[in-house]
Order: sequence, then structure tokens, then C-alpha cells
Amino acid sequence: MYTIEVDNLKKCYGEVQALDGVSFRVHHGELFGLIGPDGAGKTTLFRLLTTLIKPDSGEAKVDGLDIVADYHAIRSRVGYMPGRFSLYPDLSVEENLNFFAALFGVRVEESYELIEPIYKQIEPFRKRRAGKLSGGMKQKLALSCALIHRPSVLFLDEPTTGVDAVSRSEFWDMLAGLKERGITILVSTPYMDEASRCDRIALCNEGHILGIDTPTGIVQQFNAPLYAIRSKRTFALLEAAREQQGVVQCYPFGECHHLVATEEFDKRLFVEALGDFEDLEIEPTEPTIEDVFIKLMRR
Amino acid sequence: MRGNFLSFVKKESLHILRDRRTMLVVMLIPVVLMILFGFAISTEVNNVNVAVVAPERTDGVRDAVERLAVNDYFTFKGYIESDEIDEYLRSGKATAVVVFATDYDRRATQAAAGIPTKPIIQVVVDASNVNTAGSATAYLQNILLGTASQQSMFETRMLFNPQMKSAYNFVPGIMGLIFILVCAMMTSVSIVREKEVGTMEVLLVSPVRPFKIIFAKMIPYFVISCIVLVTILLLARYLLGVPMSGGVGGIFSLSLLYLVLSLALGLLVSTIASTQVAALLVSAMVMMMPILMLSGMLFPIENLPKFFEVVSNIVPARWYIDAIRKMMIQGLPIVAVWKNCVILLGMTVVLLGVSLKKFNDRLE
Repeated sequence: MYTIEVDNLKKCYGEVQALDGVSFRVHHGELFGLIGPDGAGKTTLFRLLTTLIKPDSGEAKVDGLDIVADYHAIRSRVGYMPGRFSLYPDLSVEENLNFFAALFGVRVEESYELIEPIYKQIEPFRKRRAGKLSGGMKQKLALSCALIHRPSVLFLDEPTTGVDAVSRSEFWDMLAGLKERGITILVSTPYMDEASRCDRIALCNEGHILGIDTPTGIVQQFNAPLYAIRSKRTFALLEAAREQQGVVQCYPFGECHHLVATEEFDKRLFVEALGDFEDLEIEPTEPTIEDVFIKLMRR
Repeated sequence: MRGNFLSFVKKESLHILRDRRTMLVVMLIPVVLMILFGFAISTEVNNVNVAVVAPERTDGVRDAVERLAVNDYFTFKGYIESDEIDEYLRSGKATAVVVFATDYDRRATQAAAGIPTKPIIQVVVDASNVNTAGSATAYLQNILLGTASQQSMFETRMLFNPQMKSAYNFVPGIMGLIFILVCAMMTSVSIVREKEVGTMEVLLVSPVRPFKIIFAKMIPYFVISCIVLVTILLLARYLLGVPMSGGVGGIFSLSLLYLVLSLALGLLVSTIASTQVAALLVSAMVMMMPILMLSGMLFPIENLPKFFEVVSNIVPARWYIDAIRKMMIQGLPIVAVWKNCVILLGMTVVLLGVSLKKFNDRLE
């Protein structure tokens, strides 16, 4: 039994094909991540699944309900946190929460134990206007509001964008807690490092899904030799390395460059052919999700 | 679900109450407009400076000048010589100069006896302000002809507004304007704000039908408009002395209908506009301009070119202002303006229907 079933969804805005045939399935109680850069179509997918827009073609079901025909029923059982801060800045923390409780026809007390781990962190500021909260606190309030009606599915569109590193990590801890409670969570993020916190991830780019697997499974898909190379002459090295034989790809990666090689690649020959980079360091390295992403994008 | 609805109303009221500046503007605009139009901007003529040229200061002349001097509309600036007329008018020391004929007394008696005679009084007016010149001349004629009143062939009686107070004329116009401003403009902006800020997205992904939220949004604005309505009526009655002899009940009921119509108009604008600025612009273009130009508030409908006269038929404010004017100043009861009521009711129904049909419960 799948909680979310997406089958060949397509959606275009004018000339732009925002989603070009996307299919995937999310199990009940799964924490599923959509990983991809801006413009990958993540927000469009969220709006389709939360019934805010209609697809051009394809089908999707949330909790067994069709996103077009049963849209009203879906709306009462999903929790949605849009990418932008979508609470009322001129209302206090408490007033926002009460309003969203009223919106779903529930009382705050009924769901308090569910939101408690999250809400108690911002409760000391309950009289403060939501607009005056810090980024991390805003996210916590938005999550509390999205959870107030005990949804069976939670849609979180880039919840950690614009939030500091500590709050981001805390936020993922909260999601893990919610998953324990049996809530299915679909979350998107542009940060590759957050992907490992998901049960399964889908890598998306330009309206396509490039691959779906567990974070470790995705990394295992990377089956080519990978090296990290570095030199003080960063840019020259990048240019030169790309010219060499046996180099499939070379791209900046943090402080060094990652070099994807063919099976025939010979490290010694490469160094010799590269020439005058005295401070050149080259060593094999473990692939990350980002490496997989770049490799898939190239294909 | 009722507690539900009330909490939406409460939330909207909090938005309004916390936006102090807007609140203040909404509450003050009607008062300022009433005072501005009631006192400062008036088409009636007061304190016109008048000088007199009288070669012989006979009893008849003195009598006429006396009546002129005690009149509120005129300020008597003294006797001058005929070669000074030009200089007085040019320098603005006088707006009008009254010149009496040399044998004024004899010819006035002659005229009174019905014997045809040449003009005996000449009025020289500075007509650079047409309004003042016209009214001043008319007043002067009335006052001065008193001496030879038999000459007057017809008599004019001003009904309903005998003193021609312009405030009477403006109050209904201000009402027609202000309710559109408060109801239509503010509601449309507040609905569009939810779209712009992104909260509409969250509101839509909820079991509540969107129009329920929208109606909850309108209630506080409706209440504010009612407060404004009472303020305007009180100011009109006690500050400007507008008679309202047609009964306040009728004026109030028709105004409530007009409020609902304005809200429907605001809802319609909000379905068209997607940003607050656009909502403001649409309101200004589609509502304010026609009200100012085509409602009869400033210019009589009859004076409009034929095309605009036809267009004015679809401006709700035209029918409202016309009806309020009749009830407030002519003192007619509401049944006398039934036609206006029916037209306004029809417009309300159509606007509500169209905007509810157009209202989208998705994002696109």
C-alpha cells in the first residue's frame, strides 16, 4: 500500500515544462526526499499533490485519493508547509496556531501532544508576533501549524532553506520523530547533505527524476573511479585536468576538484601529462550524493 | 463550525486593528472629506467686496446701499469715483462695483409706476471667477431691485435647499465615494494580500471552503463601514445641518445595500488582481474615477456627453447618490426611490454571482 502514488505527471507553464513525466511511489510512514536544485520542479510537484494546481496529464493519488477528483477530501488530511513563510506576521505565535486549529476545525489541546516536542521550543515566545521570530523559530511554528490537525501525510517544500545549520539539524530530528508516529513525509531540499536523513530520495532536475533509491543505494550507483585533486592554481588545474585522457568529468567540489575517471585511467600517467603543478595532490575518494547527481545530470 | 467562522472574523479584525495607520486613515477620511466639502470647498458666494459709484447720494441710493451693506453676502467697501472702477477691480479691492444713475430717485419712481425707462443701475463685475461673478450678480439684482420690485415679472423660490448650501449637495457624493473606498478597495487589497504573502496557499489546503474565509474577511470591513456611515450621518445632520427629512431609516437601509454591493465589487477585483498594487490600481481606475466623474457627485449627469451619460448607468454610485440626495435633501421617503433600490439590488446580485463564480479554489 502506497501513501503517495505519482504516475507520469506533466505540467507546463507556458513554454516552460515544469514537470515532464514524473513517477514515483512513497510507502506509508516513509520519509521521502526530493533532492534537486532550484527549477527542478519540486514546488510544482508539491502544488500538484496538495491539489493547488491541476496536472496537464498523468495521475497521482494521495492516501488513495485522486488529486483532481477528490481534491477536497485530500485537503483535509494533508499538512502543507509551502516554501515561503506562510503564516501571518502580524499575528502572535499563539494566534497563528489557534487560527490554523480553527481552520481545520480542531482544538489546539487535541493535538498538543503531537506538536509538543516542536511547539514547546517556541512556547516561551507565544505572545511574540510571528514576523519577529528568527528563521528557525518561524519554521518550527509553521511545522506546528501544519501538524495541528494530525495529518496523515506531510508535505514540506524546502523547509530548511534560509535556516541556520543548527536549526536545520534540529528540524531533521523533529521529522524523524514525526516519522516514528507513522506520518508519511514528503520533503524537498536543495541541500545534498540533508539527503542522508531521508529513507529514500529522488534526485530531480529540470522536471525529470534522475534516480530513486535509498541514500546509500544512490551512492552505490556511482561505479566509476573517483579522485579528489587539488592545487593552489585551482582554476588552471580544472581546465588542464579536463583535457586529459581517461577523464570523464572534472568539477569543483568544496575546496578541491572531483575527477571522474574511466576504468583505464592511470594516475601516474595523468600526473605526468598534466605538467607543471608542483603542489598537485591526487587521491581516490568516496563518492557522495552530489557526485551521483552530477553524473546523472550529465547523462 | 460556527466557532470556526467566528475565529476567522476575529483573525481578520486583528489584522485591521494592528494596522493602526490604515485604521486611522479609514476613520479620518470621511470626517476630513465632510469638513473639506462642507466648509472649505463651497460654490456658494460669501463676503463679496462691493464698491459703489453714486454721483448723487439721495435717499433712494442710501437706502439701496444700506441694504447691500447689511447683507451677509456682501462687504461694502465704500463710495468711489467712476474713474476708480477699473483700478478697484484690477487690484481686487472690489469684486463688483455698483453704479447708480444720476437721477436715480426720479427714474426709480418712474419705473415703479410702470413707465418704461432706461437702466438706472449698472453692475460691473470681475468675471475672472465665473461662479462668483454669476452668483454675485444674481444676488445684487435681487437686493437692489427691491426698490423697484414691481418691475420684476417673475419670482424664484428655491425649494429643498433655499440657501443653496453646497454641503447638501456633497454629502451624498461623499457617501457614495467613501463606502467604495472602505469596502471595495480595502477588502480586495486584504484578500489579494493573502495571495501575495502566500498564506492563501495554506488556506486553500484546508477543509474550509474558500468563500467562507472570504466572507469572514468581509465582516470586519462591513462593521467599519457601518461606523463610518453613522459618523457621516451625524456630521451631516449636526455639523452641516442637512435636513434628512425623508427619514434616517430609509437612508440607512439603502446605504447597507450599497455596502454589500461595494463588498461584492471588492471581491470581484480580488479575483482579477494578483498583487496588492494591482488591486489598488484596478480599484482606482474602475471605481474611483467613474464615481468622481460619472456619478453626478461633481458634475450633473445631464451635462455629460451622450456616450458618458449612457456609461454612467452602470456606475452603482450614480443610483445610490441620486437616491440619497432625494431622501436626504428633498425629504422623499424610500418608496419614492424604489427604482434606484431595484437597480442597486440587481447590481449586487449580479456582482456577487459573478465574483463567486470567478473565485478560484486553486492557485491557477
